Amino acid sequence: MKAQFSIFLGYFLNSARDLASIIAVIAFFQLVVLQQPIPNLGEILGGVLLVMLGLTFFIRGLEMGLFPIGESMAYAFARKGSVFWLLLFAFCLGFGTTVAEPALIAVAQEAASVAAIGGVIEHTDTAMNSYATGLRYTVAISVGFAILIGVLRILKGWPIHYLIISGYTGVVLMTMIAPAEIIGIAYDSGGVTTSTITVPLVTALGVGLASSIKGRNPMVDGFGLIALASLTPMIFVMAYGMTF
Amino acid sequence: MDFLLTLANGLLTTLKDVVPIAVIIFGFQLLVIRKPIPNLKKVLFGFFYVLIGLVLFLQGLEQALFPIGKLMAAQLTDPAFIYAGFATIPDVIHWGDYMWVYIFAAAIGFSTTIAEPSLLAVAIKAEEVSGGAISVWGLRIAVAIGVAVGISLGTFRIITGTPLHYYIMTGYVIVIIQTFYAPKLIIALAYDSGGVTTSTVTVPLVAALGLGLASTVPGRSPLLDGFGLIAFASLFPIVCVMAYAQLSEWRESSRKNKDSEEEQ
Repeated sequence: MKAQFSIFLGYFLNSARDLASIIAVIAFFQLVVLQQPIPNLGEILGGVLLVMLGLTFFIRGLEMGLFPIGESMAYAFARKGSVFWLLLFAFCLGFGTTVAEPALIAVAQEAASVAAIGGVIEHTDTAMNSYATGLRYTVAISVGFAILIGVLRILKGWPIHYLIISGYTGVVLMTMIAPAEIIGIAYDSGGVTTSTITVPLVTALGVGLASSIKGRNPMVDGFGLIALASLTPMIFVMAYGMTF
Repeated sequence: MDFLLTLANGLLTTLKDVVPIAVIIFGFQLLVIRKPIPNLKKVLFGFFYVLIGLVLFLQGLEQALFPIGKLMAAQLTDPAFIYAGFATIPDVIHWGDYMWVYIFAAAIGFSTTIAEPSLLAVAIKAEEVSGGAISVWGLRIAVAIGVAVGISLGTFRIITGTPLHYYIMTGYVIVIIQTFYAPKLIIALAYDSGGVTTSTVTVPLVAALGLGLASTVPGRSPLLDGFGLIAFASLFPIVCVMAYAQLSEWRESSRKNKDSEEEQ
């Protein structure tokens, strides 16, 4: 119990240090540049305390739960040797973690209102909702696809930069033909898909696979899944924008 | 009471995010792998901690950082602040007048990236896998510098109204060139560091800054110009991490050269 407590205390102090720079930036700009008092100081201090506590629990949970399960599943799949189930798992993980992502839901709704104002779709709630839902599923499928390709890459040992460079070429080509309103949203959608729970899980999966397959280096082959997951949505979202 | 209500609400949102993941993991574990999970109790506790951690974290952000961050973004982009020394607000804006906006963008980009939990997760793994050659702090600072430069440049783009894809394509070309020269070990990690920078902490603050700028700078529309900052924040860390690896490799090899010269 005491050991647990001192572990938590250590994480808590680390979290405090991580947040110190944000607090310094906000205090400097508010007091020196804008020369305004900080509103609701008590509430803000309480919030900062919650953020620190949250970060502490999160990192502890990461090391107890998400990292070990990601790795043990990677080992189990590697031992089982069934490529089909592994790829299906990769797709489900990518799709399932993205489709419910709150940041993505927000971006999809914003994109729908941009499309409605731009006259691409009708300015009604039903049209906007169906546009937003369609966009969400498009992004989720693209992330599932990305993790699938990324896992296949680890199995085959393809160099990551070929995949990324061809992805970039795809983005550039799509940018030329996609409607202008969708481009900014498409570029941003790449950044919002990878949530705080997905990242550690997918990283542990990749590193675990690369370390359990002979001939793969966890450093060279284990990373790169997140990169693919933030690249494919850009292409898919632009394609989605073109279908209207 | 209000506090508990928002906390419960946050729990529900986070649950929506966690449940599909738990279903997939435990579903595959039970139906496909068909082996008990090692240390099941510990893993379940871990999931529980992650859930609690995220709820508290998001609640704290909503309560403390987001309101003041958004307020500051609005105040800093307000023409009344930028042209405080002028008698009238000029019709034609000059990008140099927004100096504090660039500095704020860089500072907030840097500091929120340092606090980003997904980046910390990847950095912990990278340190573990590289046997300490890549340190948690080295990676986090390299990525944070990348985000700082990226967001600063992104605000410059909104103020000047230049097309987003020119910047992104130039960035891609730089990344591709660097890929050929950077040490092979860092490439995959560098690519990944682009995607992890923009999640829980950074996105809401940066989006507020972008929308604030796009709606106050004359001639910009929040719908067309407000987007794109996140794309900047996910591209520049890649450049920065590869540059960091390249620099440390050069330093290492020049030191080795020196050593061998001294020996002769």
